[in-house]
Amino acid sequence: MAATSLPVRLPANSGARDSAAATLWTPAYSLWRRELVRFYRQKARVVGVIASPLLFWLVLGSGFSKTFQSHSATAAASSSHYLSYFFPGAIVMIVLFTAIFSMMSLIQDRNEGFLLSVLAAPISRSAIVLGKVLGGATLAAIQGWIFLVFAPLAGVHVGVVGILYSLLIIALTSFALTALGFVIAWPMDSTQAFHAVINLILIPLWLLSGALFPASGASGWLRLVMLLNPLTYGVDALRNGLFPVEATTFSPVVNLIVTLVFCAIVFAGSWAIVNRRTNKPAA
Amino acid sequence: MKGNIVATAEQIGHSPNPTASHHAADGISAPLPIELDGLTHDYGSRLALNNLSFNVKPAEIFGLLGPNGSGKTTLFRILSTLMVPTAGHARIAGFDVAANPTRVRQQTGIVFQATSLDVKLTVAENLMHQGHLYGLRGAELAARSKEVLARVGLTDRARDLAETLSGGQKRRVELAKGLIHSPSVLLLDEPSTGLDPGARIDLWHYLRILRDQHGVTVLVTTHLMEEAEHCDRLAILSSGQLVALGTPAELKSEIGGDIVQFDTAGPEAALALQTRIAERFAVPPTVVGNAVRVEREQGHRFLTEVVEAFPGAIEAVSVSKPSLEDVFIQRTGHRFWLDQDKEQS
Repeated sequence: MAATSLPVRLPANSGARDSAAATLWTPAYSLWRRELVRFYRQKARVVGVIASPLLFWLVLGSGFSKTFQSHSATAAASSSHYLSYFFPGAIVMIVLFTAIFSMMSLIQDRNEGFLLSVLAAPISRSAIVLGKVLGGATLAAIQGWIFLVFAPLAGVHVGVVGILYSLLIIALTSFALTALGFVIAWPMDSTQAFHAVINLILIPLWLLSGALFPASGASGWLRLVMLLNPLTYGVDALRNGLFPVEATTFSPVVNLIVTLVFCAIVFAGSWAIVNRRTNKPAA
Repeated sequence: MKGNIVATAEQIGHSPNPTASHHAADGISAPLPIELDGLTHDYGSRLALNNLSFNVKPAEIFGLLGPNGSGKTTLFRILSTLMVPTAGHARIAGFDVAANPTRVRQQTGIVFQATSLDVKLTVAENLMHQGHLYGLRGAELAARSKEVLARVGLTDRARDLAETLSGGQKRRVELAKGLIHSPSVLLLDEPSTGLDPGARIDLWHYLRILRDQHGVTVLVTTHLMEEAEHCDRLAILSSGQLVALGTPAELKSEIGGDIVQFDTAGPEAALALQTRIAERFAVPPTVVGNAVRVEREQGHRFLTEVVEAFPGAIEAVSVSKPSLEDVFIQRTGHRFWLDQDKEQS
């Protein structure tokens, strides 16, 4: 950004300032970049990116494998089998937590006054959604992708297509969950209320996504809930990508379509909630 | 796209919308920086702004004075396009804040009362981000960022995280943020909050430079009388209504002569004294709490007469030149902070 030439000021050109670049892409880029800069300036968050997913997967996976032990021939085989089964679910959990918690910064932005200055700027409100959601989604996706490194430990041996498909699904799921977090965080002014919603909605969303147990093993109404849960298709899609030889509940195409629709719906929701202009205080 | 190299160089420090200043110089009727026309706002049953109509002139520092709950925050929110008024109109540089918020935002720099800095970013990054929000990029933004930072005297702190700055320095960065896009109108909400006296003096120094050298119109909300004295013109608000409008000197001169105040033992004693003064001297005294106040030429003589006439009824006396608080009391019949006391009780 070093200006080598003389700082000659261009006259204020309102035409240029009205362009999509000025009111949407530049501010969105700026907000996206801010999320990343804030992330790597907080070292504890950076450490958590690597350490926490590994810990979750090994501890939860090993713990649950005992439960499944009786159904299997040998204990050793069962343990490694369940760790494999749990692997896609663990990725989605990592993505869920990163995505949702990154949107907690929205509440912080609102309380600190940062959001006020963004809302009062001559930008499209969509830039706020785009910048914030893409910022959170980028962090979540990176964390999910990093976790793929451990895939061989889970007995995953997969080709290029499988990996690419998995990367895409992780990115889409990150985007959808971050947008969901955005919709929830936008109207809120306290992080405590946000935690309550996380426990009430988001944790069950993950528990009933096929991450821990397959929908086929669930009974009646629980199975129905799992089929209606959009996250089920994300988890199933990861299974498609990582274990291409195993039969999954849905086909890769169905999973991809449902995940895309999920992305579109929550993003539209974020967009709608931000574009309300009212007689009430904005922030 | 007017202006040769010389003109551009002159404008390097800060140039508000060239069209507006150009028209003003030619005497063509340019839109006023801020126009309020029957502006009204209610939060459900509570009326926060009641039919406000006044204008702010180009290149003046205009003060919005009022106690908490007077409606100045509501007005600030409406002018900063964060809220749509329920009735009436507000225009900035000719653009309606409700109908054309984007145009209004391009013309307006806003410094909110709450800090809007991201403390995890450096000072320069904060300014870059603000510039991006206002459609500035690349070399132009880098140049503007340097200029505004130099203007508020923080060039040497550009690479420091915002969280390492003092309160006064943060406020100066806020001001720099508000100026990054060369607005023609600058809105500041309670800008002195949390500043020590030295930083306040600095702030007003910057505001006067903006007004005098760059023709920027500045609107400042405040609840501080001494701050309101610095403004070129003032609007005094009480309970959402405009109670006074004019220069501080004009407003004070409307009060005839001196303010003479007699402190008594209690509200009943004050009412009794009010009646006796009114009967004896043919003036209309007002009671404010425990005190009786009279506006009067030659205050010191009047004071002596009253004290001699009613010995024992008076605990303390004072004579003063009218202050803005006296203007407020005269217009509303109660003390400046009464509104707030009511709210709290």
